[in-house]
Amino acid sequence: MITESPTRLDPLADAIAAVEGWPEAEDAPLDAMPAEGEAKTRDLLIIDYSGDLEKVWATMILASTSGAMGVKTRVFVTFWGLQVFVKDSKRVTGENWMQRMLSVMQRPGISHRKLSKMNFLGMGPWMMGRLARQYGVASPKELLEAAQALGVEFIPCQMTMDLFGLKPEDMIEGMGEPAGAATVIGMMTGDSVPLFI
Amino acid sequence: MPVIEISQSIDARGLSCPLPIVKTAQAMKTLRSGATVELIATDHGSIKDVAAWCRATGNILLEQTSDGAVYRFLIRRT
Repeated sequence: MITESPTRLDPLADAIAAVEGWPEAEDAPLDAMPAEGEAKTRDLLIIDYSGDLEKVWATMILASTSGAMGVKTRVFVTFWGLQVFVKDSKRVTGENWMQRMLSVMQRPGISHRKLSKMNFLGMGPWMMGRLARQYGVASPKELLEAAQALGVEFIPCQMTMDLFGLKPEDMIEGMGEPAGAATVIGMMTGDSVPLFI
Repeated sequence: MPVIEISQSIDARGLSCPLPIVKTAQAMKTLRSGATVELIATDHGSIKDVAAWCRATGNILLEQTSDGAVYRFLIRRT
C-alpha cells in the first residue's frame, strides 16, 4: 500500500521514490510504539524552576532528547525558569516599577542566562559559550528550538506570569496555554515521570 | 548482501550529545517508513545513545561501523 505523507519534505527521498517507488512498509508514527510485551513508554514532565544557565542547559538537553526519543514531553516553566522564555529582545518587562526593576536586575531571555557559580560578571557564561562552540555542544537556545520542532510543549505558570507582570506577547513563539499547580500535580500523579530542575 | 539505499545522510561529526540524536530524529520525521538514514558522528557517547534511541523509538539499527573515532550508523525508519 502506498500512502501519501503530509510530513514528507526530503527532496532526495522524493527523487529516489520517483525512480523506485515508495517502500511498501506501513507508515508508523515516530513517537511510538512499544515493542510487544514491553510496557508503554511513560510521558516526561520537566519542571523548569531555575533560570541559571547550567540548569537551563540541562533542561534543554533532556527535553530535546526526550522529544527525539518519541516520548511525550512537557516542560512546565515557573518562577525563575519563566524568565528564560521571555523573548531575548525584551529588555524590560512588567507593569509596575517593582516588576520592571526585577527584569532590569535580571535580564530575561534564554541567551542572557547567568551561571549560579563562577559567573564573574558574565565572564563565566562567555567562556562556557566559547567552550561549547569549540566542542560542538549546542547552546540552550538551539536546543530549545530543536525541542519545539520535535513537539515538546512548554507550559508557562500563570501565577508567575501575573507575579512578574509578564504578558503572552513578552514570551517566545510557540508557548503552550498557561496552567497552574493542579495541572502539574495531575500529570505527576498520572502518566508522567516528573523531574524538577 | 544487498546494497542499502540511503535516503539521507546526517553529518554529525564534531557535534556533542544530544545533537546526533536530535538531528537523526528530525531527519526521520521527514522520511517515509522503510527509508534508511546514515548517521556519521564523532561523539563517543553515540555508540550507546543511538542504540538506546533505536530501542525507544522502534527504528532499526541496521549497521554500525567505526573508522577510528568516526562512527557510522545505518538506521531504518519503521
